[in-house]
Amino acid sequence: MDAKQSKKLDFSPILVPLLSIVVALAFGGILIFIQGINPLLAYRVLFTTAFGSFDGIAITLAKATPLILSGLAVAICLRAGLFNIGAQGQLISGALASAWAGYTFVGLPALVHIPLALIFGAFFGALVALVAAVLKAYRGVHEVITTIMLNSIVIALSDYLTSNPFKEPDQPLTRTPKIQDSAQMPDLLGLPLGFFLAIGLSITLWWIMRNTTTGFSIETIGRNKNAGWYAGISVKKTIMLSMLIGGAVAGVAGAVETLSIIGRFEPAFNAGLGFDGITVALLGRANPLGVIPAAILIGGMRASGSTVQFEAGVAPELVDLLLAMILFFVTAPLLARFFKNRKENVAMTSGWSN
Amino acid sequence: MKTLLEIEGVSKSFGSVIANEDISLTVREGEILALLGENGAGKSTLVKAVFGLVKPDSGTIKINGTVMESGDTAAAIASGVGMVHQHFQLVPVMSVTENLILGDEPKRFGVVNITQARKEALALSEKYGLEVDADAIIEDLPVGMAQRVEILKALRRDVKLLILDEPTAVLTPQETDELLEVLRNLAKRGVGILFITHKLREVMAVADRIAVLRGGKLMGTTTPKESSESKLAQMMVGREVVLRVEKSQAKPKEVLLSIKNLRVSDDRKLESVKDLSLEVHAGEILGIAGVEGNGQRELVEAICSMRSRLSGEVIVKGQGIPNLNPRAAHLAGVSHIPEDREKHGLVTSYSIADNLVLNRFDQAPFARGWIRNLEEVASNGESLVEKFDIRAPDAYLSAGSLSGGNKQKVVVARELSQQLDVVVAAQPTRGVDVGSIEFIHNQLIAARDAGAAVLLVSAELDEILSLADRIAVISNGKIVAIFNSKEADRNTIGRLMAGLAS
Ligand SMILES: Nc1ncnc2c1ncn2[C@@H]1O[C@H](COP(=O)(O)OP(=O)(O)OP(=O)(O)O)[C@@H](O)[C@H]1O
Ligand SMILES: [Mg+2]
Repeated sequence: MDAKQSKKLDFSPILVPLLSIVVALAFGGILIFIQGINPLLAYRVLFTTAFGSFDGIAITLAKATPLILSGLAVAICLRAGLFNIGAQGQLISGALASAWAGYTFVGLPALVHIPLALIFGAFFGALVALVAAVLKAYRGVHEVITTIMLNSIVIALSDYLTSNPFKEPDQPLTRTPKIQDSAQMPDLLGLPLGFFLAIGLSITLWWIMRNTTTGFSIETIGRNKNAGWYAGISVKKTIMLSMLIGGAVAGVAGAVETLSIIGRFEPAFNAGLGFDGITVALLGRANPLGVIPAAILIGGMRASGSTVQFEAGVAPELVDLLLAMILFFVTAPLLARFFKNRKENVAMTSGWSN
Repeated sequence: MKTLLEIEGVSKSFGSVIANEDISLTVREGEILALLGENGAGKSTLVKAVFGLVKPDSGTIKINGTVMESGDTAAAIASGVGMVHQHFQLVPVMSVTENLILGDEPKRFGVVNITQARKEALALSEKYGLEVDADAIIEDLPVGMAQRVEILKALRRDVKLLILDEPTAVLTPQETDELLEVLRNLAKRGVGILFITHKLREVMAVADRIAVLRGGKLMGTTTPKESSESKLAQMMVGREVVLRVEKSQAKPKEVLLSIKNLRVSDDRKLESVKDLSLEVHAGEILGIAGVEGNGQRELVEAICSMRSRLSGEVIVKGQGIPNLNPRAAHLAGVSHIPEDREKHGLVTSYSIADNLVLNRFDQAPFARGWIRNLEEVASNGESLVEKFDIRAPDAYLSAGSLSGGNKQKVVVARELSQQLDVVVAAQPTRGVDVGSIEFIHNQLIAARDAGAAVLLVSAELDEILSLADRIAVISNGKIVAIFNSKEADRNTIGRLMAGLAS
């Protein structure tokens, strides 16, 4: 991070995300209109369901909680120049591990049991990321490839575990037993405890990135690996560290979902949370604080998707479509160049650095 | 002769920085106009405005009498403007041929005809007498060679006005002479040339007219006949500049840096430093003279532990430096001004202040344990910006928006502002204006006088001759002779550099 923020308020970092949302909503509006529905009505329902009442906001924030965390997992890696597509696998691993810890240990007080289960989640999330991190740092294997493959491996493995050793006995369903009451994460002020945990983690990571030598190392490697290496920062260590943090945070995302919402591990119950994290991270410009509003926005859309279907008759795929378009526009660098209108700064190639 | 380019009242600001202020200039057909000025004077900004890369705030630019739409590069190219940029615009992973044809590829049946392209590339290289290896990959080439490709690329379309932004900064004196000859020939064919450089010798040799910028304003135009190197320097900087280095007698003491039987290979895995041994004493500047590509780069990188050694030792203050561990070299007391400032020296999206602590960010006083001390980083930045005369509104500007020479000053400031035992300076004044060259030279001498062992590598023989206390000539990866600078003779060194026995 910069040694000191410039005094002027600079809106350019949020310009592209805001524009992507607006443009995606506009295109979405056209598609809704083609279905013969008034897009303004659909969007009003979407908005009032998600943000129009205290209950609505509570549901939105509950939906946003795992997204903040999985967005954070992707964002931290992006800071180090790594594209962690594997948040999904790390998240599932964390969800399963925390469920196991949640139902296996009996007789613990909640104050011990909940943190223990969360730590299980973080550890097993990081363990999955470790594989990709080692391959990247010591073998140069691209993290996109390895994390995608690890996603499949983790899904297959979790299916096996939940239908065999961890299966709830005497039940036809493929799922683990329910977690003990002592592992159940409570609500606080009507909001899930996990939400505060996610906000706390975001602020902590933001602070670490901004104020610590570790943060500076990660940031430097992400921006110019050569200069960073040359300045004495270990590229290997930085890759390992940022992937492990990313994996642990994704694992916590899965754990929070297990311990406060689902109450056990069931395959497919966490589907897509890790992938939404990619959208959240990019929309939040890989900023640990930026992922919070991005996750709340996407959480709100997820929370109100079915209501929009009932009340306005819009196809349920609308939310997925909007998210895909937001992702598309936020990544389309042409848009950024076009609106920034700073041709002189756009190099034709990355030049000699990187 | 017809007027080719008319710049009328062009102004351009970046925030509070006025890069160009009401500049009017002309270039005629067949004329070579040299554009001089300090680092940050606004030279690049002005020529970028001509090429349509920068949109001026006011003023007009006419080419062949037609007013150009501002910020329209395509129109500038269509009217016959070619530009060689200060920083490379080549695609590093592509071959020379591919780079040359990029943007306007010869096609057959809708696909790129690479045989034809290769032929065109060779013909082009032949036509202008600029030799290149058409099949080499850009990132494997030494910078001087890449620069040739860049120039050929600009010449490929039929140019009437050729703009060159510091093309000689990365060239050896020989390559420079060849380039100046190419420019003269082009001018004879009627091409107008706008040529930016910091080297007054080149200006005196090749320019028909000279325009001098200072602080964004045009200070005036002159000709080589009416002027002299020292007059030009004064016009640029606004004070008298000592072009000759003034230094006292060196008082060398114990050996601080010793290199023993060093063998290093280059990027193509060919051995380029061959069993080289060298000692540098505290309190002396040892200059390495040699034609570029004779192992200098690999030698420097091996000393700084950036490149793997095949065998041999690098010993600093009696302590061996481990292989491939730049941090260990740095902690042992080696400062390094790297040749490629953009790749190794800077994180361009970081502020100047952060760049000034890039290799010390985790040490006191810039960090207390795990926590960075941003106040110290800021005040260190402010004081170095002031001390090293880095032209920027403040220390929080991103390093990438500095002018080329000021980027170099950031690297120099960082490396020379720390505890100095061994200083390895590779092309330390590349792209830097005369005033700042004087300053950097004085800093290197001050480091020497404070007891540092300074190893200076420069493609400029003049720089070596004037700065070094001892001169080692490198040829084909070996030190072929060492002179005391007093007994050094230009011709002898030149012959040794060329690989001839003296
Ligand atoms: N994109 C930009 N944003 C902010 N400031 C800029 C930008 N481009 C140039 N400047 C500033 O404008 C001034 C003129 O810069 P310019 O690159 O034209 O200098 P120059 O004469 O080419 O210097 P050099 O000899 O070092 O290359 C400098 O102070 C520079 O920091
Ligand atoms: Mg310039």
